Amino acid sequence: MREEILITVRDNYKIDPTVSAWGWQVIADLFLVGLTAGALIFTALAILGRKEDTFAFTAKRLPLVGLISIGMAMSFLFLKLTHKQVFYSFFLAFVPTSVMSWGAWLLQVVILSILLLAMAGLRQGYPMLSGPVDKFGIGRWALDLAEKIKRPVAWLSVIMGVIIAFYTGTLMTSLDARPFANSGLMAPLFLTSGLATAAAVVLLGSRGEQERRIFSYTLFGLIAFKILLLALTLVNLASGSKVQIESVQMIFGGDYTQLFWVVFFIPGLLLPLLIESFGLRGKRSAWMAISPILVLYGAYMLRQLFVDLGQLSGYIDYVNTYNPALLDLLRMH
Amino acid sequence: MIRYAMVIDTKLCIGCGDCVVACKTENKVPAGLNRDWVVEATTGTYPNLQTEFRSERCNHCTKPTCLYACPTAATYTWEDTNIVLVDPDRCTGCGACIAACPYDARLVMNEGYVSKCTFCHHRVEKGLDPACVASCPTKCMHFGVLDDPNSTVSRLLATREHKAMYEETGNEPQVYYLT
Repeated sequence: MREEILITVRDNYKIDPTVSAWGWQVIADLFLVGLTAGALIFTALAILGRKEDTFAFTAKRLPLVGLISIGMAMSFLFLKLTHKQVFYSFFLAFVPTSVMSWGAWLLQVVILSILLLAMAGLRQGYPMLSGPVDKFGIGRWALDLAEKIKRPVAWLSVIMGVIIAFYTGTLMTSLDARPFANSGLMAPLFLTSGLATAAAVVLLGSRGEQERRIFSYTLFGLIAFKILLLALTLVNLASGSKVQIESVQMIFGGDYTQLFWVVFFIPGLLLPLLIESFGLRGKRSAWMAISPILVLYGAYMLRQLFVDLGQLSGYIDYVNTYNPALLDLLRMH
Repeated sequence: MIRYAMVIDTKLCIGCGDCVVACKTENKVPAGLNRDWVVEATTGTYPNLQTEFRSERCNHCTKPTCLYACPTAATYTWEDTNIVLVDPDRCTGCGACIAACPYDARLVMNEGYVSKCTFCHHRVEKGLDPACVASCPTKCMHFGVLDDPNSTVSRLLATREHKAMYEETGNEPQVYYLT
């Protein structure tokens, strides 16, 4: 046997009994940044392929969804900070060894890229919104400029989309003290997931028949590839170090088995894959709208599980016998 | 880099917790938070069990993943040593260091910034031992410069069997336990 008991008090906030430094704000941030990355890539590819009419939603409307997403992601990230008054410290230093530092700077370029793409598509994608902007000289000038430079911006967007989606996965990988999240496959997994979320948004928002058909195929392929990458990630963890093997046991017979397989894998990956397989015949029925919704749910759950189980896994495994309620009981008597 | 190390004799430690109280008093650590703690580790099969007490804290690693992960450079090392400190005026409380520390040795202060054991560097610069070491009633804790072959910590590590916690992380922890 091996038993390690804390015999002095340790009830540090967000550390004990298990690490919970990253909550829903980080999970939502990773999800929304992934969606923005997917939007950047798909919009840019539509522009670069000169298919803006065929992929009208993707080219002209999706960037605004991405812009709102990244805005929300940044807001959630700010909410997560426990010492908000010095949030500007992110921009007072660049730490090459810190993935989060890279992210802080790269996100500025991403915000600029998605803003320019959103502005480029505003007049045709959202005429109701562009009307008031066009009334002001500077607004008109900004929209003209965005439309003029949209091709170079699209090139930048493809690169930044891939980099920022990789960043969300690498952020998890870099934390080698958290074995469950410490796999090199997290970056491609999060990129594929980000692309799938953007494809799901297109399927929910687009009315173009050809656009919907092609994104049906795309989403099917992305979900299938995501399942493959997830399987490889789990194989990677299961054949890793002792702490990684122990961590992956949480979902193979451990306390989180049902949550992972029943609450995430089946509804978030398997079911949409099955539904999308009907779309491969070329016709997309109305009831199939459930599939992209499940894809969005699955993408959020994927991040939730890797963040939460990542924090639950670790090197330290003390039995913390301290119970703050005991103090209250003592006071009562 | 000057490497400071702490050496704790598990054969002498009785788990009294004086080190914990000394740290809280010296560093004015708020109620409910702890920079150090004592672990009672029992191994073996009944009736052949072995128990050791370990006074634990930040390991002041020479390859500190917390420092590498900090995006704002709020985590830094003190004057070309391995003593890892946090600047509250730069710490945003993003939690990257907490996720990166394999020892769960960091804590979030009530004000929101992250804190940790400092090896009482304010005492060390005056030539004193950290408060936990100075207060230990069994004298099981030792502190000094590891690169000095004549220091107590170097001599103890040269002559006694010892271990450091989770060396497989590659962090090169500098708190050693004599076994």
